[in-house]
Amino acid sequence: MSDASAPRRVLARLLNHVGPPVAAVAALFAGWEAYVQLSGISATTLPAPSRILFQAWEQRDALARHSMATVQATAFGFAASLSAAFLFSVLIDFFRPLRRALFPVFIITQTLPLVAIAPLVVLWFGFGLTPKIVLVALVTFFPMLVALAQGYESTDRNIAALLASMGASRGRIFVMARLPSALPYFFAGLRISITYAVVGAIFAEYAGAARGLGIYILNAKNNFRPDLVLAAVFVSATLTLLLFGATVLLQRAAMPWARLSERRP
Amino acid sequence: MSPLRLELVNLRKRFGATEVLDDISLTVPRGEFVSILGPSGAGKSTILQLLTGATAPDAGEMLMDGQPLARDRHCFAFMPQGDALMPWRRMLDNATLGLEVQGVGRKAARARVAPLFAEFGLAGFEHHYPAQLSGGMRQRAALLRTVVQQRPMLLLDEPFGALDALTRAQMQRWLATMWTRHRWTVLLITHDVREAVLLSDRIYVLTSRPARVAHQFHLPFEHPRQGVGSPALGAIEADILQTLLNPKD
Repeated sequence: MSDASAPRRVLARLLNHVGPPVAAVAALFAGWEAYVQLSGISATTLPAPSRILFQAWEQRDALARHSMATVQATAFGFAASLSAAFLFSVLIDFFRPLRRALFPVFIITQTLPLVAIAPLVVLWFGFGLTPKIVLVALVTFFPMLVALAQGYESTDRNIAALLASMGASRGRIFVMARLPSALPYFFAGLRISITYAVVGAIFAEYAGAARGLGIYILNAKNNFRPDLVLAAVFVSATLTLLLFGATVLLQRAAMPWARLSERRP
Repeated sequence: MSPLRLELVNLRKRFGATEVLDDISLTVPRGEFVSILGPSGAGKSTILQLLTGATAPDAGEMLMDGQPLARDRHCFAFMPQGDALMPWRRMLDNATLGLEVQGVGRKAARARVAPLFAEFGLAGFEHHYPAQLSGGMRQRAALLRTVVQQRPMLLLDEPFGALDALTRAQMQRWLATMWTRHRWTVLLITHDVREAVLLSDRIYVLTSRPARVAHQFHLPFEHPRQGVGSPALGAIEADILQTLLNPKD
């Protein structure tokens, strides 16, 4: 491989990865724009993407302020959820009866309809950050717990037997084998949960908040401004994609060995 | 001091209704390479589980250097089926695993392990991940991780079972050379007759479950053996196959 072709190859790979999704989104927007322009549909029913982007730019200060609140709620809620999921995953890994006792309870938390729960949580905890943290944690805790518990179970039996034969204690085996074995599962869970987390935060804000994309959307809806509703939706979609991308980068940094399998000498 | 490193006397083991080991007695003298050969599912791995303490025998005795095996036994370095390398550790840190569990500091463990990489044909791969190495190299690394623990005895559980035939033959010859140089006391579990004949001083052939010792073979030949072409080895190989295939004779 010559040095001159290396950057070109990187560029080609990037295009290969980024090209198709960008083209798909562009095609969707072009079709939408064309439909709105040609059908003459009212902007208060279906605004064109160009109008949404223009309004988003006009409203950028307000959107940024509300986005910050949503990001904060997502981050705190997700951090709380991750800590709790990790703690409980370790507990149920060491005490099996606890797993049987707690899992039904955790599953029930997943069946609660957010529409019903969100206003109640706001009623209990007020309009501050706490109800958002609670709701984000509620929707992301269980997927993370299941991912971790499954990850521990995926530990290679031979590796566990080897460590036991070396005289390693149960705690040692957990740290040296079960925990690293769970990493791929953890990141798979993380990618799914981070998208739930943003939605959960917006839902909590929708039920009542001083600031946040949720309350922004509610106000825009009440003022018959679908363009602003959709502008906030664009922002939240972008936020989710960025967080998703961050988890992918984090996984690459945390698991450098995972991408080597296909490159043997 | 007893010349016998390991002595198993009338071991019995059942799991629930399944009788796995009926009556197993065998000895491993110091510095000898001993193999246990048996059909699949005969209970070969159960013997290793008894030795490593993963499970306890129902009856019988296990003596190490003439003394009953202690509960906190640290006399075996175990090499499990497959290589059991940790995909997230570089080769150097995989090799130090046993030392780390023994409480040796990471830096000291690395210093003890690093000089051995050349002898095991792994020089230059210290900082590679297992996924970057071939099957044969991974097995050599697994053996390196085993011997570096400096236990009185090595337990090898079908170490080359997962390799392709050619790599396996290469690895068997390589192990024969390595063993001739170091004369470790080894107990090898295998179902590969040629492997056992090539490497062992003594072979115990087990019956199918419940396992007993069907026959014991002594192989007083020079090491390392070439494997092919020796009529004496060929005769023993045929003899063992006969024992395994016609258990009634």
